[in-house]
Amino acid sequence: MSPTDFLADLLNPDLTFLPKALAIAVISSVVCGIVGTHVVLRGMAFIGDAVSHAVFPGLAIAFVIEGDLVLGGTLAGVATAVLVAVFSQNRRLKEDSLIGIFFVAAFALGVVVISQTPGYAGSLEQFLFGSITGIPTSDLYLAGGAGAAVLTVMFLLHKEFVTISLDRESARALGVPVFWFDLVLYVLVTVAVVISVQTIGNILVLALLVTPAATARMLTDRLGVMMLISPVIGGLAALVGLYVSWSEDLPTGGTIVLVLTALFLLSWLLAPKQGLLAKLARGVTRRSGEESPLAPEERPGPVAAELPTKTSGDSAEPRPRSRRPSLLVISVLLAVLGVTALVAAALSPA
Amino acid sequence: MTSTPAALTVSDLAVDLGGRRVLEHTDLTISRGELVGLIGPNGAGKTTLLRTILGLLRPAAGTIHAADRTSRPARGRIGYVPQRHEFAWDYPISVAGAVMTGLTGRLGPLRRPNLTHWEAVADALDRVRMADLAERPVGQLSGGQRQRVLVARALVSRPALLLLDEPFTGLDMPTQELLSDLFTRLAREDRAVLMTTHDLAAARYGCDRLALLNRTVIAAGTAAELAARPDVWMATFGVTADSPLLRILKVA
Repeated sequence: MSPTDFLADLLNPDLTFLPKALAIAVISSVVCGIVGTHVVLRGMAFIGDAVSHAVFPGLAIAFVIEGDLVLGGTLAGVATAVLVAVFSQNRRLKEDSLIGIFFVAAFALGVVVISQTPGYAGSLEQFLFGSITGIPTSDLYLAGGAGAAVLTVMFLLHKEFVTISLDRESARALGVPVFWFDLVLYVLVTVAVVISVQTIGNILVLALLVTPAATARMLTDRLGVMMLISPVIGGLAALVGLYVSWSEDLPTGGTIVLVLTALFLLSWLLAPKQGLLAKLARGVTRRSGEESPLAPEERPGPVAAELPTKTSGDSAEPRPRSRRPSLLVISVLLAVLGVTALVAAALSPA
Repeated sequence: MTSTPAALTVSDLAVDLGGRRVLEHTDLTISRGELVGLIGPNGAGKTTLLRTILGLLRPAAGTIHAADRTSRPARGRIGYVPQRHEFAWDYPISVAGAVMTGLTGRLGPLRRPNLTHWEAVADALDRVRMADLAERPVGQLSGGQRQRVLVARALVSRPALLLLDEPFTGLDMPTQELLSDLFTRLAREDRAVLMTTHDLAAARYGCDRLALLNRTVIAAGTAAELAARPDVWMATFGVTADSPLLRILKVA
């Protein structure tokens, strides 16, 4: 199927679920891509995995009682996140053990609950691996709204999250309430997961949180740039993944994750500084006796590197430092999210 | 000179950790302009004392008067330099960005840094001679440069009291000397600086006064004063009179 045919299908009034699926996939990928930068930088991937499993009983219960899936998933995910955060205050047990206990328990509860409904195997598969059909339009608005809310909170609390990620003890000494910010971050991860679960599925959603951010990390040393690249990679993978899955009749969640993984492997090989090829090339250059690509002050050297650098004479003059790019980036993304949701809703008369 | 007001007064402090008394009857006073070395063996309570001064641990008894305040609210008013390994050096952030996080507590949630705050960052980097590396990612710095970044982050809120936890660990001698000079200079800028260290030689030559700690402050004074008192060194480190430690320190 050519991209033009795909576009025609997107606009086909008989296939209204397709633009909705695309919108939800792109919104999910963008939100997870940005939230995922913190997940990756703080080494929280296991927490992401835990939360994505923990939303399952909420989805199952909401499904059984015919309630709102997004709301049910969010409540269950947040409840589990709070339990982990509270229990981890006791330092005898490490956080990862508690996460192991609670997320498996939550998942088990979900399995038991959903087994009580007739024909549960089909519903189970839908939850675990995602589905692009049958997404109500209201969920699209909910995903857009929830995604925008997540990104707004992340933007407003950005400096606190960064401060805590750098050094928790100093953050406490600065008077930052670390526990509460951890909790907020868990809730943001939960919401990002819940809005993604329907298309990507419970098991694969972790890839949306981790892979785009990890790919972006290979490409940059700047947090703001990473927060820009990561959602772009996620959104691109969602678009390409949905296109490939639609044209080749493959499962959507799995295809999106495979596209993401391919992008990660490419960056791992080809990233300009940190990529494997760049490292190999540097090794060859150095062995051939050429000048080291590092500037003198970058070379590790005990004495030379420690010499005080000269004091800049204009220190009293305000240095107009570039504002954090994340400000602009997040505003743009918020706008893109809203527009995507609106366009998709307009395209689907249902 | 009329007086050197105390920037930190610890009086009869006791601290319990996990039901065990770690510090008791601890007294310590540090004046502005002074660099004081906190010396003691592992487990003596050095880090516990720093954490209590910072307001991260609640004293079981006694009082702490720090940064013009008594009791816990000293948080955010004291410059704290943790051990280097506490900091996530692989985080994608510039030197200036890392230093700016020292103002997070003061700014509070929702507020974003303005030009004045970036000026404070530039000023702090200037003080530690790192202004030229402001835009460099922190992961590319050497050990000594990293220590300077942590000091700048602690200085950016312009505290009257600076606490340094083991700043010399893992650094070579020339780097230690440069840092020691820096700490003295920072103290002379009307600040009180308290530094824990295992490097006895550096403490002896770099600090204005030493405080020997083992569950309590056993003795405090200048290096010369303490050199005349082998008993306090023996009590602090649990060594005998023929210990090589005393010979190295040339304690009488």
